[in-house]
Amino acid sequence: MNKRRPYVRPMEGWWRKNPYFIEYMVHEGTALFVAAYALVLLIGVVRLAQGEAAWKAWLTALQSPLSVFAHLILLLAIGYHSYTWFKIMPRTLPPLSLGGKRVPGGAITATGLIAVALASLALLALAWRIST
Amino acid sequence: MNRPLKRSNAPIFWGLFGAGGMLAALLGPMLIFITGIAVPLGLLLPRSAMNYAAMLAFARHPLGKGFIFIVIALFLWHAAHRLFHSLHDIGIHGGTLAKLLTYGLAAAGTVIAAGALLATGF
Repeated sequence: MNKRRPYVRPMEGWWRKNPYFIEYMVHEGTALFVAAYALVLLIGVVRLAQGEAAWKAWLTALQSPLSVFAHLILLLAIGYHSYTWFKIMPRTLPPLSLGGKRVPGGAITATGLIAVALASLALLALAWRIST
Repeated sequence: MNRPLKRSNAPIFWGLFGAGGMLAALLGPMLIFITGIAVPLGLLLPRSAMNYAAMLAFARHPLGKGFIFIVIALFLWHAAHRLFHSLHDIGIHGGTLAKLLTYGLAAAGTVIAAGALLATGF
């Protein structure tokens, strides 16, 4: 037992009082959706290893309206992760300089978002080439 | 007194978080669109793109196998690290249970993915 019982300021719900921290918790929360999608893929690999019947059952499950709807939510959440990942990159990266000048934050974010667009197109093109 | 400083394991977990976050940011949205929306609906890509023979061939190819493993493992470790630290933000301070539920599950998922990918053959 601690006889002093010092006062500890309650921190319950601290982030709900400030829009900046609400956004922070939302972008941290995208991790739940990243984990959920990794789980979907993990189940897929396990089903693939179990053979053709198991794989077909998984594919059928993916075609259900509920699954497509869930993937739309995942797409929104992880799309938001992509956006915030590069939006906060000017602060998560050590200061970058180019030709003796500090690279402005906006340029870092823009480069990242262009990289997302290019990587997405490349991945789609690759899937297209493999499957057709 | 003069004990040597213990090496921190933080850079490893932080590195996995960063690598997974970067991979999820670059490829996550399109991967979800392909596997969860486009192929199941036959939109832009044929439904047959993910039939058994095609996916088995993909998972047996060294590059395909590596890609699947890296995506699953890094996504899991990214999420685990971020959630572990967010638990602290909502007042659950990192105990063994919090570690088990985040890093522990990521480790388990990594092992299961590796096992399944080995079982699909080469």
